[in-house]
Amino acid sequence: MTSATESQESNAAVVWLPRAIFQAFLDLLSADGYQIIGPRIEQGAIVYAPLERVEDLPLGWTDEQGPGLYRLKKRADEAAFGYVVGPHSWKRFLFPPQTDLMRSKQTDEGWDMSPVEPADDKYAFLGVRACELAAMEVQDRVFMTPMFTDELYQRRRSQSLIIAVNCTSAAPTCFCTSMNSGPKCHKGFDLALTELTGGFVVEIGSELGRRFTDRLMLVPVTTQREQDAAAAQQQAVDQITRTLDREHVQSTLKNRLNHKRWDEVAEKCLSCANCTMVCPTCFCSSVDDVTNLVDEEVIRQRHWDSCFNFDFSHISGGPVRDQTRSRYRQWLTHKLTHWVDQFGTSGCVGCGRCIAWCPVGIDLTEEARILCEDPAVPEEGQP
Amino acid sequence: MIAVRPKLAVIKFASCDGCQLSLLSLEDELLTIARAVQISHFAEASSRLEPGPYDLTLVEGSITTPEDRHRLKKLREDSKLLITIGACATSGGVQALRNFASHDDFMRAVYARPDFIETLATSTPIAAHVKVDFELRGCPIDKHQLLEVIASLLAGHRPRTSTESVCQACKRRGNVCVVVAQNLPCLGPVTHSGCGAICPTYDRGCYGCFGPTVQPNTVALSDHLLSGRVNESEAAMLMHGINAYAPEFATEGQRLWQLAGLPKTLHSSLQPARHEEPSA
Ligand code: SF4
Ligand code: SF4
Ligand code: SF4
Ligand code: SF4
Repeated sequence: MTSATESQESNAAVVWLPRAIFQAFLDLLSADGYQIIGPRIEQGAIVYAPLERVEDLPLGWTDEQGPGLYRLKKRADEAAFGYVVGPHSWKRFLFPPQTDLMRSKQTDEGWDMSPVEPADDKYAFLGVRACELAAMEVQDRVFMTPMFTDELYQRRRSQSLIIAVNCTSAAPTCFCTSMNSGPKCHKGFDLALTELTGGFVVEIGSELGRRFTDRLMLVPVTTQREQDAAAAQQQAVDQITRTLDREHVQSTLKNRLNHKRWDEVAEKCLSCANCTMVCPTCFCSSVDDVTNLVDEEVIRQRHWDSCFNFDFSHISGGPVRDQTRSRYRQWLTHKLTHWVDQFGTSGCVGCGRCIAWCPVGIDLTEEARILCEDPAVPEEGQP
Repeated sequence: MIAVRPKLAVIKFASCDGCQLSLLSLEDELLTIARAVQISHFAEASSRLEPGPYDLTLVEGSITTPEDRHRLKKLREDSKLLITIGACATSGGVQALRNFASHDDFMRAVYARPDFIETLATSTPIAAHVKVDFELRGCPIDKHQLLEVIASLLAGHRPRTSTESVCQACKRRGNVCVVVAQNLPCLGPVTHSGCGAICPTYDRGCYGCFGPTVQPNTVALSDHLLSGRVNESEAAMLMHGINAYAPEFATEGQRLWQLAGLPKTLHSSLQPARHEEPSA
């Protein structure tokens, strides 16, 4: 805890972080042993990667998105968080794409098995959006249940610092308002920033977060700035055009399993799994035992997998979902309905990634709408 | 410890030797390989070439001459397990482009005295002639996959060579999709994984070196490519590249050539079957 003198503004819930000392804030994070992960430009997109300096951020850049489309564009200003969401999600750090779980070595006394200790990474996630906070909560229900806890996930989740950012603009692919997940950050963060010209309005969400604002001696925000922040946040709300009739879809989609639309979407779908890979909530993985040539060492590896894989549903006799039609149906029904039965939340937070990063631009909101349209189209497809 | 080391042979047909080189470039693992198997025949590595039978034969290259056809039959008899390595052996390779063209024209264009050359009009995969126990994809193959195949066959289980699309390796690697962000043509969604998505990592679209994945939706992909990315003949060339004679790419490439107004038919000896039945 910080001393009383340091924390002169310790009761203020909303403070002002001038852009001029933003670097000092990043330095504090580094000094406290956090590896900062935040937005950076790589390969023509804003991705999440390690960074240390303000200049590492995508200053003055934004993204233009649509179904199967993503482009970087220059902004008129030097905003650091003036983009929406990109191809990466925080899941690549909390639930890494590839992990070694266990190592076994053959010894004179037999096989010696030892779990691979998860690396002790302490992350500061910088620029987490509201839909992404929601996605983390969705994954918490998968990886941290009373029955089963993923050690790596839990460790990283519990020791990471979350610096959220309120969206001040939205992409045409966003539909968080339909999923009750944004665009404003309400909970699940240590600090939440709203970017204005010259600095950030900072909401303090935890004692851990306050330790930083106190050490930077941030002063309470002015009413004017608070109003400006609210207006900037409203701008994002106003820009959201995409919708999904969440409750209707949740209750209806299950009764549309033989709809002919599944055949139509299967004609277009490549079953490439991009949508599941970019989705911040999809959690499927496979585990393989990798032996070395002389059979003396085995590494148990886990890697992201997807229900779009032909082999994913392989059981004795062959795959259960042996057509794209049934694989697409698995994806959509799991995301929008069965997830609710399984985990008590929707599996979709409305981030729009699966729409933008589907190489052929298949849009789940449109598919769900057509499938759930009333009156129901006669069920003609095959089961 | 393996008491008697299984005998390994690496045999080449029509190919560039790149896949065999992948074995040689396993520098760190070569000593372990030599502990695990006895390298009986590997012309790239040693001039001491032992005759068969072999326990494990890695076959590179496609069948393009009558003599090779004969040599392959004999090799099959000599091999307990026969594994093809690479696009040539598995789908006929880039040289299978001749299957869609006039072989005589090619001969006249390339050789001063075509009458000196004895060759087949087609380039066909190993499985079109003999029974193949496992096909390892790639142009060239991935050395780690090769290691995995050797290790698992020695251990007696199925190799872990996923049939997933290149996209998944691409995404796990953290690449930004070049189709979505850069409007480049990419065969990743219909291509068998194994390379680790090398090309998209370096801002290139996938060339399909590992051949079609399971149930590739080639039509949907090329329809998408045709909407403002490439024209019909460019799309056809993409499909008819390294794995032109892989059944799904062959068919789709022909459809695209048709759309481009340059129809291509398969050599008469290959029609209408997509693959000759393996006859072991
Ligand atoms: S299903 Fe699509 S929109 Fe919903 S959370 Fe996943 S990626 Fe985002
Ligand atoms: S949609 Fe598919 S990949 Fe995603 S969590 Fe469900 S089954 Fe897994
Ligand atoms: S919906 Fe799009 S991203 Fe998902 S598997 Fe189909 S083609 Fe790929
Ligand atoms: S770059 Fe190619 S391989 Fe990678 S995700 Fe995009 S389409 Fe798939």
